[in-house]
Amino acid sequence: MTKTAVYTLLVCVLMGLSAYAAFYVAPTEVTMGLVQRIFYLHAPSGMTSLAAFLVSFVGSVMYLLTRKPRWDWLAVSSAEVGVAFCTVVLLTGPIWAHPAWGVWWAWDARLTSTLVLWLLYVAFLILRTMMEDDDRRAVVSAFFGVFAFLDVPLVYGSIWWWRTQHPQPVVFTSAGLDPTMRKVFYLSWLSLLCLMALLIRQRYELEASREELRMLEQELEAR
Amino acid sequence: MKNLDSVFAAYLIGWGVFFVFSLTVAKRAASLKKELAQLKERLQDSARQGK
Repeated sequence: MTKTAVYTLLVCVLMGLSAYAAFYVAPTEVTMGLVQRIFYLHAPSGMTSLAAFLVSFVGSVMYLLTRKPRWDWLAVSSAEVGVAFCTVVLLTGPIWAHPAWGVWWAWDARLTSTLVLWLLYVAFLILRTMMEDDDRRAVVSAFFGVFAFLDVPLVYGSIWWWRTQHPQPVVFTSAGLDPTMRKVFYLSWLSLLCLMALLIRQRYELEASREELRMLEQELEAR
Repeated sequence: MKNLDSVFAAYLIGWGVFFVFSLTVAKRAASLKKELAQLKERLQDSARQGK
């Protein structure tokens, strides 16, 4: 069994455990009832997407400083994974909002800044497909990656800075989150962080293979 | 059991996105691997012809 297979299995077990805990271990919230269980997927996905975008930002900055392609690979890999997690946030949010608020969507600061974040990173990925030259693509997308990351603190701080429909944070505060709910939340977050690491690694290997292919093509042309 | 369908829908969609994403990465990797193998074969052929 390869290392990747073992790690993939571990991630699957963690994801299964976190789903079990979300459905059977966490107590049912008094006001919202069952639908509050979406919290254990929605909130950790949001925080994991921000973590992935932070990795992408580090990759972009490091590429601009060192001009080593592997930082560009890391930036694009984590941006793509971040978009996947952000998509989950944007899809599960309305499913929770409809029974809880009576509307699918509200144009408040948290929701709007999250949608803008998703659009920025989708634009980042589209932008890369529009440039043929590797160096030019890496430089332009690194600058764009740094710019796109400016929205991340805005997303994170929006619920403190503005009055929003979105609830106030309950995880890193002394707010009254039930201790079992908190443990289930951390288990879910851990499982999603492990999934993020696995996906970034797989996606990074794809970029490395592309580079190998490009080198071989150049070698073949030179003959 | 009010809103149980919403909870299931959210988990199904969420896990579905992760599954589809990892599947697309795996598919792209497999196609790239195939391309790499073909290219390596062509390089070996051209090396043999060169000798």
